[in-house]
Amino acid sequence: MNYLVIIIAAILVNNIVLMQFLGVCPFLGVSKKLSTAIGMTGAVAFVMVLATIVTYLIQKFVLDKLGLAYLQTIAFILVIASLVQLVEIILKKVSPAMYQALGIFLPLITTNCAILGVAILTIQKEFNLLEGVIYAIANAIGFGLALILFAGIREHLDLQNVPKGLKGIPIALIAAGILAMAFMGFSGIV
Amino acid sequence: MSQWKNFSKGFIKENPVFVLLLGMCPTLGVTSSAINGLGMGLATTFVLVMSNIVVSLVKDFIPDKVRIPSFIVIIAAFVTVVQLAMQAYLPSLYKSLGLFIPLIVVNCIVLGRAEAFASKNNLISSAIDGLGIGLGFSFALVLLGGIREILGSGKIFDITLYSENYVTLLFVLSPGAFIVLGYLIAIINRIKKD
Repeated sequence: MNYLVIIIAAILVNNIVLMQFLGVCPFLGVSKKLSTAIGMTGAVAFVMVLATIVTYLIQKFVLDKLGLAYLQTIAFILVIASLVQLVEIILKKVSPAMYQALGIFLPLITTNCAILGVAILTIQKEFNLLEGVIYAIANAIGFGLALILFAGIREHLDLQNVPKGLKGIPIALIAAGILAMAFMGFSGIV
Repeated sequence: MSQWKNFSKGFIKENPVFVLLLGMCPTLGVTSSAINGLGMGLATTFVLVMSNIVVSLVKDFIPDKVRIPSFIVIIAAFVTVVQLAMQAYLPSLYKSLGLFIPLIVVNCIVLGRAEAFASKNNLISSAIDGLGIGLGFSFALVLLGGIREILGSGKIFDITLYSENYVTLLFVLSPGAFIVLGYLIAIINRIKKD
């Protein structure tokens, strides 16, 4: 039951992009086409779950043990940056097909605040490892849901006759606002 | 003169938020009021100036291959300084900015300036560049936060403008952030063209 609450809260109620504003850069950057949105979602999901596990272990077994909690920010960003590199190298060797699909998105992920944000939130919310993993998966799904919905909307927006000043990013932001309004309807579920 | 240009470009011409569309997460996340926007803007400005200074000082000693990771460590160090200082001296602001303080590390503006400017220029121009871009970022955040505060709760910097009871929750919550920023960018685009 507890896990179900975490999942629904992360996907719908506190959607990571639309409600918490984490990962807005890729949300605006790669949402022009549905196929790139799906690729980005895959890469983010993969790294987010891995990063949450690794940073959790580092926090519990290194930083807390040695009383170095104030180094959290530095330690986490270094872990995430090297993890992304590692994933890139391993994927290239093990699964070239997957590397083809996700490869170009991986370097962008280091500076994706959703990854670092979820890693820090997992610690702040005092989840255990299993809850943390579920939280990361749910947030990845939430990210994907928002990104893919938004990509669909933007593909349609391209065909519309938008006023000149609003073309491009402004109308995309307003559409994102309306999408966020739709997600507000879920508040109060949990 | 050229230093003045270097400083002032961040406000309109190369404004990180309105024109370059960088650092969107804190821009949208913390601007529910003007004062939050100002706090975030100044914190980011501090990190920008300090990391630009350090990067421009050590640029000759860092091998090209490990450039980006080294920059990230430098930035993360200053973010930790801001985090601890704010926690100690401005606990209420720290609480309302929350997660977005550690997330200054992954703000593309900071790394972007270190890579694009400070790693190629000397100390003085790097510091001025950081200050200009940082204040431009703060300006954008205060503008966005101010508009959302006026529309959402009828206040500006916590001074009540029309009625105590006035609340339009939409502008305080997340949809308002997207919509106000969308229209602001449209207006800035229009101004730039003329």
